[in-house]
Amino acid sequence: MNFLENLPLAAKKLVLDLVEAACKWACAKTGITLPDWGLSLILSLVSVLLVIVTIIVVYLVMFALMSVLERKILARMQNRYGPNRVGFFRWRLWGLLQPVADGIKMLTKEDIVPRGADKIVHFLAPIVMVAPALMLPAIIPYGRGMVPIELASGILYFFALGASTELAVFMAGWSSNNKYSVMGAMRAIAQMISYELPLIMSAVVVALVAGSLSPLKIVEAQGGSILNWFVCTPWGFVACLLFYISALAEANRCPFDLPEGESELVAGHLTEYSGFKYAIFFMAEYVGMFAINGMLVTLFLGGFNAPAPFLSFIPSWCWFFGKLAFLAFSMVWVRATLPRFRIDQMLQFAWKFMIPMSFASFLSAAAWCYSGNAALAWALSTVIVGVPYLVLGRFCFTRHHAVDNRRYLYSE
Amino acid sequence: MNIPGSGILKGMAVTALNFVGSFLDRAHAKRLITEQYPEERPTLPEASRSFPFLIFDGNPETGIRCVACKICEKECPPQCIYIVQDKDANGKAIRRPKVFDIDISVCMGCQICVEVCPFESIRMDNIYEVSSYDRFSALVVSKDKLLKSNEYYHQIHPTEADATDARIEAARVKKTATAKAAAEKAAAAKAAAAAKAAEEKAAADQAAAATTTQPEQPAQ
Repeated sequence: MNFLENLPLAAKKLVLDLVEAACKWACAKTGITLPDWGLSLILSLVSVLLVIVTIIVVYLVMFALMSVLERKILARMQNRYGPNRVGFFRWRLWGLLQPVADGIKMLTKEDIVPRGADKIVHFLAPIVMVAPALMLPAIIPYGRGMVPIELASGILYFFALGASTELAVFMAGWSSNNKYSVMGAMRAIAQMISYELPLIMSAVVVALVAGSLSPLKIVEAQGGSILNWFVCTPWGFVACLLFYISALAEANRCPFDLPEGESELVAGHLTEYSGFKYAIFFMAEYVGMFAINGMLVTLFLGGFNAPAPFLSFIPSWCWFFGKLAFLAFSMVWVRATLPRFRIDQMLQFAWKFMIPMSFASFLSAAAWCYSGNAALAWALSTVIVGVPYLVLGRFCFTRHHAVDNRRYLYSE
Repeated sequence: MNIPGSGILKGMAVTALNFVGSFLDRAHAKRLITEQYPEERPTLPEASRSFPFLIFDGNPETGIRCVACKICEKECPPQCIYIVQDKDANGKAIRRPKVFDIDISVCMGCQICVEVCPFESIRMDNIYEVSSYDRFSALVVSKDKLLKSNEYYHQIHPTEADATDARIEAARVKKTATAKAAAEKAAAAKAAAAAKAAEEKAAADQAAAATTTQPEQPAQ
């Protein structure tokens, strides 16, 4: 069990040792004397490269798996089979090779740039989209001792980068020279800015209680058992839900897929994209979704901690990816259940419900921190989030300005 | 009391039930009703029909029921049937088709040929895999492909085939009975005529040739 726990780190150490041995062998062979700092420079470069390659490969594999499993799970929820035919000669493999076929299809498609498009911005948009998405996973603690970059203000880094995808979406919409693209991009901006607030507010709640912006510290604060996870407190539960809903909106997932609502806007900002650039957009979207789910796991679901001490024989990174898989599944589940919002409902929900609720959870967390005994803390923080929930849920969605005395000019 | 958000939980429960149920529903009774076509074939309902075929009894050469009367050819609304009557060695037309083609790219499956056939020889098939890469000659089905046995007809439309067989049998019985009656009548007439002739011969010396009707051949 210790072996499995340390497997990724041991693999990394093995590769570094091999590189070191190879360097020394090459030096001895060629007669060049490599200074100590040169060797350490090479080793640190290799170690950074190793982490980068691992992150990219793992996230791309998850993206490929997700793209086929999402369709299969969605199909099962609609009493269908979903893709189950792409395989290897006679072997179907439950259609799990579908992403390979999709990839070949995407890469062989023609890359069309509209004549009226702003060609440079049109070309840059997918790059601006995918670069921050691939940088997001760098600060998430995947397991014990497995944090690619230990930033003291990792949360800040994460949300700053996450917000920059809005720029790429608007670049894509604007440069396409297509009214549907611009409309989709406008919706995307409206949606992402509206939901950025509750997203960050609910993360700030955790930072308040944990007293740190470092993801690793936050995970360590939730160690022990499931009772210490932040989701098992009244304020944490509410903040977790708010974070989850905002994450859906930030990742453009159903029911917040208005920016690319196929039935209304062709495909929003993706309308004029084809082939590899389209695939890049999708990859960025899915990698961003995994990253934000990883952040949710880190902030509220205990990160890589096992739910109970006796379960800690399962490696910590397995716990992290298990929780991540559950969250990814739940996003498909939500997609299968809920229809798309209307744009005004979506904004109303953000500004009239999500943001007040995130302030309520902030107050509730403050009450949790500064009320002396546990019973009082529970009671206070439950009341502080429960009452606004009931009140807002009952009154903020009803239309008070309903038209009652409608006069028809010609039909009466 | 209606707690806000409870509707979403209800909906999530429905989709979760579908998800779990689709794995448990091995009989495909309620969930996952998809038939995975090339591997799983549907059991067609008895009344299903696609294109016509010709029935033969026993031997496809001699047992063919069609007599090339061309009623179906005339009645066919899209004109997809083409018949040429066969001729024997002396050039005399015989009651058998030489050519019987159905263009199934034109056929609309209306079953009118079946309705009008007086010899119960054309019936509707239920084949459905008839696509081909050649849209002209490959879709004109000739006589040798159209001919299928009565047993095959019993397989695909048992009730209808039983009714057809009963009708043919009844017609045969009726025909034999009338033939028998005619034969008896003819025999009686012959006997009466013979008696009358003898009587007449005996009574007078007028010799008269008694014309007798030949008894009709009973149908096989």
